Amino acid sequence: MMGRGRLAAWAVGLAALVALPFVYRDPYHLHILVLILIWSFAYTSWSMMGRFGLVSLGHGGFMGIGAYVTALLWNHLGWSPWIGIPIGMVAAGALALIVGYPCFRFRITGHYFVLVTLALSGIVLQVITATRDYTGGSLGYTPNRAAGTKLWALQFDDKITWYLIALGVWLFGIVVWHWVDRSMARYALEAISEDEDAAAAAGVDVTAEKLKITLLSALMTALAGAIYCQYQMFITPDTVSGIAVSLQMVFAAIVGGLFVSLGPTFGAVITIMLAETLRIGFGTKAVGWDNLVYGVLLVLFIIFLPKGILGSLLDRLKPQRKVPRAHEQEAVQIARPGT
Amino acid sequence: MLEVSGLVKRFGGFTAVNNVSFKVDQGEILGLIGPNGSGKSTIFNMLSGTLAPTSGSILFGGSEIAGLPPHRIINSGIGRTFQIPRPFRRLTIFENVALAGFYGQGRHSRARAEEAAERSLAMVGLPTDRHASVDGLGAAGLKKLELAKALATAPKLLLADESLGGLDEAEMGQAADMLRNIRDELGITIIWVEHIMGVLMRVVDRVMVLDHGEKISEGLPSAVAGDPRVIEVYLGTDAETTQAAAAAARRRAGVQ
Repeated sequence: MMGRGRLAAWAVGLAALVALPFVYRDPYHLHILVLILIWSFAYTSWSMMGRFGLVSLGHGGFMGIGAYVTALLWNHLGWSPWIGIPIGMVAAGALALIVGYPCFRFRITGHYFVLVTLALSGIVLQVITATRDYTGGSLGYTPNRAAGTKLWALQFDDKITWYLIALGVWLFGIVVWHWVDRSMARYALEAISEDEDAAAAAGVDVTAEKLKITLLSALMTALAGAIYCQYQMFITPDTVSGIAVSLQMVFAAIVGGLFVSLGPTFGAVITIMLAETLRIGFGTKAVGWDNLVYGVLLVLFIIFLPKGILGSLLDRLKPQRKVPRAHEQEAVQIARPGT
Repeated sequence: MLEVSGLVKRFGGFTAVNNVSFKVDQGEILGLIGPNGSGKSTIFNMLSGTLAPTSGSILFGGSEIAGLPPHRIINSGIGRTFQIPRPFRRLTIFENVALAGFYGQGRHSRARAEEAAERSLAMVGLPTDRHASVDGLGAAGLKKLELAKALATAPKLLLADESLGGLDEAEMGQAADMLRNIRDELGITIIWVEHIMGVLMRVVDRVMVLDHGEKISEGLPSAVAGDPRVIEVYLGTDAETTQAAAAAARRRAGVQ
C-alpha cells in the first residue's frame, strides 16, 4: 500500500532529482549520475524476473542486441534510433521468446535455466565479435555523428539533456516495477517460483506467465542498451553484452535488494562507484578487477545478506512490517535455484 | 457429469492405472479408496491435467479433457486439492486464495477474485483478514487453505485428495462434514480420495476401490465394505484390523 506520506516523499525526491542538474553542473559528477540512472534501469529490468527466482545470465545478450541493432541501423541504413530502438527491443524480445518458450514449456528451471541463459549471453557476444565487418568486433563501434537535427538522431551534446532522459527512463523502470508488484501477475509468479504444479492447479498458465515477465524484462533491458549506446556514443561487446555484464546485473540487483523497488538502483550506485574508484585509483592496472570484486561480494551477500543492503535496511527501519518468513530462505533460492 | 473410460497410465514399463472406467453423477460424492500405490493419486493427476493419460478418455460435461494442460482443466470447472498441502508461503493466506479466484476463473477481475477468496475462506472457516501469514497455520489450517484455494476456482467438480491425513479425530469429523456441506450448499460434485475408510464411508454416496491400478469394486459404501475382495486387498496384511474397520464402516453406514 502506498500511503500519502510515501507518495509525498516520492514527489519531493523526484522534484529534487529533476532540479539537480540546473543547480549543480559539474560535468563529471553528472556523467556518473547518468551512468547510474541508465544502469539502474538495466538492473531493475533484470530484477523484474530475477525476483521471482528466474535467474537469467542472458541479459547481457538482450542489452547488447538493443545497443548494436540501434547503432547498426543508424550507421548502415540511416534509420533514426526512434525507429531503431523499437526494432532492437523487438529483436531482443523475439530472442527471449525463442529461448524462453522451450525452457518454460519443458520445465527447464533452476541451474539448467541459468546455464541456458548463460549460453545466450555468450552467443550474442560471439556473434558481435565475429561479424566485425559490420560491428567493428572487439574494437568497438561508434554511431555516426548526426549531420541533421540532434533530436532525430537522439544525439545530444549537453549532459543536462541526457541526465533528464536517463532520469525519465529510470523512473519508467521504477513505475513498471510497482505496476508488476501490485498486479495479480505478481501473485502468480511468486506462486510459480515456489511450486509450479500447485500454481497450475490454481489455474495459472505457468508457461505463459513466465514468458510474459521474461519478455517484459528483455524489452526493457534492450532499451537500456540502446540508451547507453546513444549516451556513450561508443560501445564494445564487453561493455554492453556478454557474461560479465550479465553477472554485473545479478550482482547489483542482489546487493541492492531484489525485493524492493529501489534495490537495483542502490546496487547501481555501488557498481558504478566501485568501477570508477578502481579506474581512477589503479587505472589500466585494474582492468577487470571490478568483476573479481563482484564475484566475491556476491557470494558474501547471498550467504549473509540475502535481501540486499536496501532490503535489509528497510526491514530494520520497519520492524512492524510483516515479512514473510520465506523471504529469508531467498539465499537458498538464488544460490541453489530450483530448490 | 464426468465419464472416464479405458483410462491407462504407464510410467515406462510400470502400469500405474490399468483400464479404469467410471462415471460420476451431478451432485454426488464418490469415494475413491485403495492401498498405497493403487493408482488413486495418478487418476487424480490425470483428471486435473498434471499428468497426461497414456490412453483413454475423460469426458467432463460432454467434452474431452484428457491431456489438456492443468490451467485449462481448472478453468473448465474442475478444482483440486493436493494430498500434502502446497500453500504459497510467500503470499498471505488471502492472496493464496485470491490467486486461485483470479486465475482459476478465467482472469475476470480482481474484485471478483477477492470476493471469491472471501467466500471460500469463510466457507472453510479461515480468517478473511488480508494480512494473515500462512506460517501461522497448522496441519488442519493448511488443509482448509488447500480446500479454500480449490473452492475459489469455482469448480463444478472438486477433486479432494486425502484431505484428512494428519488430523485428529475431531478435526477429521469436521473436515468430512465440511465436504458434505460443500456438496449440499454449493451443489459441487466431489470425488474424494482417502486412506481413512471409516470417515469416508459415513459421507460418500458411492465408493470405488482400486488395487494395483485396477478397479476391483464399486457401489454403495455398505456393499463395498462387505466385499471380500476389498477386505482382502485393502490393508491386506492385517486381516483382523481390516475386518474390524470394515465392520465399523458398515455400522456407521447403516446408522446413516
